[in-house]
Amino acid sequence: MESPVNHLNTLDWNQPDAQGHFGPFGGRYVPETLMHPLKELEDEYFRAQTDPAFQDELSYYLKEFVGRPTPLYFAERLTRELGGAKIYLKREDLLHTGAHKINNSMGQILLAKRMGKRRIIAETGAGQHGVATATVAAMFGMECVIYMGEVDCQRQALNVFRMKMLGAEVRPVTAGQRTLKEAVNEAMRDWVTHVRDTHYILGTAYGAHPYPLMVRNFQRVIGDEARAQILEKESKLPDLLVACVGGGSNSIGLFYPFLKDPSVRMLGVEAGGEGIEPERHAARFQGGSLGVLQGTRSYILQDDHGQIQLTHSVSAGLDYAAVGPEHAWLKDQGRVDYGYATDEKALEAFMGLARLEGIIPALESSHAVAAVMEKAPSMSSDQIIIVNLSGRGDKDVQQVATRLNMQMPH
Amino acid sequence: MNRVEQRFAQLKEQGNKGLVVYIGAGDPDLEATRSLALELDKAGADVLELGIPFSDPLADGLVNQLAAQRGIDSGTTPGKVLDTVREIRKDSQIPIVFFVYYNLLHRYGLKAFIQDSAQAGVDGILILDLPPEESGDYSQTMQAHGLCPIFLIAPTTPSERMASILKHGRGFVYYVSREGVTGMQSQVSSNLDSMTQMIRDHTSLPIAIGFGISNPEQARQVAEAGDAIVVGSAVVNQIAQLGKDPSMVSTVASFVQSLSQAIKPTSSQ
Repeated sequence: MESPVNHLNTLDWNQPDAQGHFGPFGGRYVPETLMHPLKELEDEYFRAQTDPAFQDELSYYLKEFVGRPTPLYFAERLTRELGGAKIYLKREDLLHTGAHKINNSMGQILLAKRMGKRRIIAETGAGQHGVATATVAAMFGMECVIYMGEVDCQRQALNVFRMKMLGAEVRPVTAGQRTLKEAVNEAMRDWVTHVRDTHYILGTAYGAHPYPLMVRNFQRVIGDEARAQILEKESKLPDLLVACVGGGSNSIGLFYPFLKDPSVRMLGVEAGGEGIEPERHAARFQGGSLGVLQGTRSYILQDDHGQIQLTHSVSAGLDYAAVGPEHAWLKDQGRVDYGYATDEKALEAFMGLARLEGIIPALESSHAVAAVMEKAPSMSSDQIIIVNLSGRGDKDVQQVATRLNMQMPH
Repeated sequence: MNRVEQRFAQLKEQGNKGLVVYIGAGDPDLEATRSLALELDKAGADVLELGIPFSDPLADGLVNQLAAQRGIDSGTTPGKVLDTVREIRKDSQIPIVFFVYYNLLHRYGLKAFIQDSAQAGVDGILILDLPPEESGDYSQTMQAHGLCPIFLIAPTTPSERMASILKHGRGFVYYVSREGVTGMQSQVSSNLDSMTQMIRDHTSLPIAIGFGISNPEQARQVAEAGDAIVVGSAVVNQIAQLGKDPSMVSTVASFVQSLSQAIKPTSSQ
């Protein structure tokens, strides 16, 4: 392990600033039509954040409907197999709808209700955010439209059916490479057109201010719980936190409550795809550079002229050309390390966790598990890793079975 | 005064409305862009708005998205668009404004792009996703190089925000007449007069009204409310249909001429 961060005391933790900047990252880069609606959203969010009635309502639904708190589970066999640090799994996969996404969807739909919106839109990659949003929209009786790239509709077909059953309209997006980035473009076009009666439930800690801040705060419940749970179980803080990073919502949710604890190292795991070659991965901190995309300034995968590059990952939820601005800031500050796992390593981790722990993780979360498999053996047995199991792998079963050539029994 | 400001001063003197025509650069290729610029100048376009193609044009409707894709496919880059403007300037003084997404200029280097634009003979830049709040000293740099920073006003822009936007603008202000992406509409917006009046309370800049104008009759109606109209997707749609057909440039030019005649009753043409 590298030495602990030693300049935490001098870091300005008051991020983002009033305009949504995390140092040189973040901000609000959108067409004029959205500027005032984003300001209204920001104002309403800040009012809600300090309104006990809103917080009580959110806590009620998180507990009674979503299924919080989630367990922090000691993965005994995985720990023994790797022979190093003690590994704990934060079981977001056990939440209703199967992933952490619903923490944010629930928070945002309560906000939309407060703002008097009657229509909900969202983008989705792996479909988990789409399912979570369709679920809360059904629950509150709101019209719901989900944008999803055509390629993702195919590789995550189960989730398309779930959204439809929940009463949402799923609109496949056929532009560009037909994955998450194009779904975000299309959702923003819808929002710009229907902004007066529609709330856009953006699913990750990305986009224009206040989304990165708001999504992080709705997801920090993961880290808040994990911190209390590990202190109760082990009477000490963990040594390492690990989570996968697409846009970066599950990872920022886990990391955020630990940022000021200098002894806690953190590792964000990006999608290495088929290796770090142009258009074959989605590891923005490996092959990316500073740019402005979909409302914010961050690291993005782009060519020499500023055109956004194609990406690849076995996991639809990580297959995205940009990363949340707070992660960019944490990376530049040296507070969080960012690595990557290839498709192949993620698939090994997927199968490994299933066989060793009886838990089938989402392909996204499998990237984090892959990094744990790499790191844990070189750590000592009195050290602790918490890995965020951000989602369950039911949605990926078909895709993995095909890839691994599994046959139906005769 | 640069070419945009001169043209609007001229129009005002004549009591005429202006016609801003948008095309996607490099659609179907940059040679066609050059020919279109020269012919649209003759056909009565007062300002040529050149879209620089971007991979993720999230403020654009399908017609302009496809044009951007064709532009990228024909190898169009910001640098090559600047070269094309230099070529156009050999034969035409039509005012030229870039319509662009910020990432392209961020990558090029904003200051360098402004310098190169001024040198190539560009007159103004409209960056769709760079609001004044994020633009730093962009407006001052533009003006120092003799370029007009052009900003958008939307139907969702409250009056107090208009004031802070408009103090940064030069040349003209672009009023986006409806909530939505670029594209053709069958009806013009209903509250044009009240919105343009609100804008005039804050600025003496000419108001160009756009988003959705697709035929001469709409052009006439919308022109009454503002100082100029912007026609984009309707023109781009014709370019899309004819592509590299030899009749493309002349067909588009005669469409633009019909729009020009519709809004310029005092024209001598």
